[in-house]
Amino acid sequence: MKPKSETELADAVRVSAAKGTRLQIRGGGTRAGLGHSVTGELVDVTGLKGISLYEPGALTIVAAAGTPLETIEKTLAKEGQRLPFEPMDHRALYGTNGKPTIGGVVAANISGPRRIQAGACRDSLIGVRFVDGEGTIVKNGGRVMKNVTGYDLVKLMAGSHGTLGVLTEVAFKVLPMPEAGATVIIEGLDYKNACKAMSAALTAPYDVNGAAHLPEGAGKPARTCIRVEGFEGSVKYRSARLKELLAEFGDVSVEAGLADSGRLWQQIRDAESVAAGEGDVWRMSVKPSDGARLADALGSDAQLQFDWGGGLVWACVSEGTNVRALMKGIDGHATLIRSSDATARELGVFHPEPAPLAKISAGLRSRFDPHGILNPGRMG
Amino acid sequence: MEMPVPDQEVLDRKASIVARFEEFLPAEAVISDPNETRAYECDALTAYRCQPLAVVLPGSTEEVAACLKICHAEGVPVVPRGAGTSLAGGSLPTSDSIVIGVSRMNAVLETDYENRFIKVQTGRTNLSVTGAVEENEFFYAPDPSSQLACAIAGNIAMNSGGAHCLKYGVTTNNLMGVRMVTMQGEIVDIGGAFLDAAVYDLLGVICGSEGQLGIVTEATLRILRKPEGARPVLLGFDRSEVAGACVADIIKAGVLPVAIEFMDRPCIRATEDFAHAGYPDVEALLIVEVEGSEAEIVEQLEKIKTIARKHNPSELRESASAEESAAIWKGRKAAFGAMGQINDYICLDGTIPVSQLPLVLRRMEELSKEYGLDVANVFHAGDGNLHPLILFDANKPGDLETCEAMGAEILKLCVEVGGCLTGEHGVGVEKRDLMLTQYNEGDLEAQVRVKDVFDGKWLLNPAKVFPLITTRARREAA
Repeated sequence: MKPKSETELADAVRVSAAKGTRLQIRGGGTRAGLGHSVTGELVDVTGLKGISLYEPGALTIVAAAGTPLETIEKTLAKEGQRLPFEPMDHRALYGTNGKPTIGGVVAANISGPRRIQAGACRDSLIGVRFVDGEGTIVKNGGRVMKNVTGYDLVKLMAGSHGTLGVLTEVAFKVLPMPEAGATVIIEGLDYKNACKAMSAALTAPYDVNGAAHLPEGAGKPARTCIRVEGFEGSVKYRSARLKELLAEFGDVSVEAGLADSGRLWQQIRDAESVAAGEGDVWRMSVKPSDGARLADALGSDAQLQFDWGGGLVWACVSEGTNVRALMKGIDGHATLIRSSDATARELGVFHPEPAPLAKISAGLRSRFDPHGILNPGRMG
Repeated sequence: MEMPVPDQEVLDRKASIVARFEEFLPAEAVISDPNETRAYECDALTAYRCQPLAVVLPGSTEEVAACLKICHAEGVPVVPRGAGTSLAGGSLPTSDSIVIGVSRMNAVLETDYENRFIKVQTGRTNLSVTGAVEENEFFYAPDPSSQLACAIAGNIAMNSGGAHCLKYGVTTNNLMGVRMVTMQGEIVDIGGAFLDAAVYDLLGVICGSEGQLGIVTEATLRILRKPEGARPVLLGFDRSEVAGACVADIIKAGVLPVAIEFMDRPCIRATEDFAHAGYPDVEALLIVEVEGSEAEIVEQLEKIKTIARKHNPSELRESASAEESAAIWKGRKAAFGAMGQINDYICLDGTIPVSQLPLVLRRMEELSKEYGLDVANVFHAGDGNLHPLILFDANKPGDLETCEAMGAEILKLCVEVGGCLTGEHGVGVEKRDLMLTQYNEGDLEAQVRVKDVFDGKWLLNPAKVFPLITTRARREAA
């Protein structure tokens, strides 16, 4: 089904709830591989589209969940603004086509390199409307960036992969597009020194908004990349200071240019270096100083990429490797992003929660979707 | 203010319930003498008071768990308390409740500069979190006006903001993990020194849940390196609308100051009498602060001044020294205290889309005339979070009620123009009965379901956040 309005969608979900018909919720389908595979009647939400409100002076945009991300980004760019959290594009990783939707970005809480400074998708998300598993339309949050009225279900919906409700509308706080940008690059570091260099940059007062490390590969030396953005004079100043600060780690160069136009940060954002690999792809969020430890544990066969100052580790490993077992003693979580269905079933896509939290999560699922019809099994 | 009828059966068992706490807590950590529990009868919403059955002040997470297990088994309502600075009555007790305060738990557990976090017990005050890391040039960003006194526990419960959250976000954007005790007395760890949730974002729901889902005893907080410098500029305008337009233009131009604060004439005058900050006598003033190196500050301030000049400011005062910067902030930081010196007031906290500022200011003036009460305005203009102070006389019968009625009208207006009832103070008891102006029953039901999952017996802070009528069946069934 492809509902054209929120009401139509709510009616359809209500009917499905009564019949116990399982629903497979889909936006652009570019991230269909993220999570366990789901069977059920297809609910295509791309019929819910359009920007209902955009106030540049208030840094606010509201759009229907099926609106293509591209539409949002173009609309913002016209006013010199952008989404703060730099959402990753999964098409390279999954080999999918189609157009990512803004609702899909929210459902999977997708962020990119700027997450370390500007927050995740959930941090910019200020309001949602969704249809729960009984077909009730629910609104939470709103269109203002400071709002503590009642519980924050906005955060709960972000990253719930359609298992608690079908998103119909999302509202964001946006930010001005910076005037200039620069990337400070150190070549040839191993990942241990790279993590140290990134930490040095992030603990300096230069408002770094990207810190990633691409190991050697494809004929290129290893590159540790530190990004600053802002007004022209400020970017010049900060990149120069970072260059000085990081000189002790190796040969440092500065590449000027705005991140969003540069291939480099797009490549980092989309984890292209691991996407190209053959094998299972894992994404791990850990304490930045544990990034290097984790890399050691994964062994030299793993293809790696580090983001978020070392706190986000992407790895392409041989099929069936249980990365979580190798993470022993390291706090954080590992998501199996790409694998065969068999491996996903065996290891689980999402990091297992400790029993008391798993009970709470199951409780939430049974309250928001009592008939178990919304993307059943998607999150395991 | 309607509160649930206290459970007589619980009141009758006071002695035996208190005895259970005395078994394992030191004598000074169990307070049951009505002369002493009086100190806990209210928070900063002093218009409402009620003495609890008893107050317990555990010294560890394990002791909090033991206390909650007892309350759960005894079926006694629990009112969690940080430092008791809530302006919304978030820690207002009922007479059959046990107040569990975390004030004795204020240690720093871990400081990690390399990974940019600090782990503290939640009885620690907001300002002393920054105090623990500032010698190394770091700070904790959320800065509620009460930061000298308010506890991290309360900041998490209310998702507190502050003047600088335009750039750095509010508590939820700076909270990485918690150790929390559930109503059943189970200790759970959610999040940690890493980013984002593995499965559902439970941390995001707990932050701002007003002590209704659990008692948070430890918090992992993001700390940031202090910028090299910061400097405010003070702008005075003859009309509030012009000041509002100037704010929108600054934001549209791509400058993102760390703070944009607004004060109107009644507030400026009261503050001047009290703090002598040297503010100009204008209709509206803005304090705009930027950060960075000297060159960066100059670059940003030039842009701001250029924009401001287009709006013909009657005053444009750039700080030339640390002393002058402090003077510019002095009045703003003293504003609530200053108003309290001259009048009783209630402080509202609605948020509006910044584009609606002129309309809302005008409507507030009209309401002020209609109700015969003065309003002074001081607020975070960059994000539309208003703090109208409605002045009244507590000794005059009926004045508080008139004031509350007018406050409700202003908050309804905030919702009408696309905003919300509370931007950073929380709902508590104060705005509980207005919730249905912002949300319909289905919207509230979705929130209430979350509480069902965490606290099936509805014992944790049960009379807050939701209109009593919407939760009565649940509270009584439990």
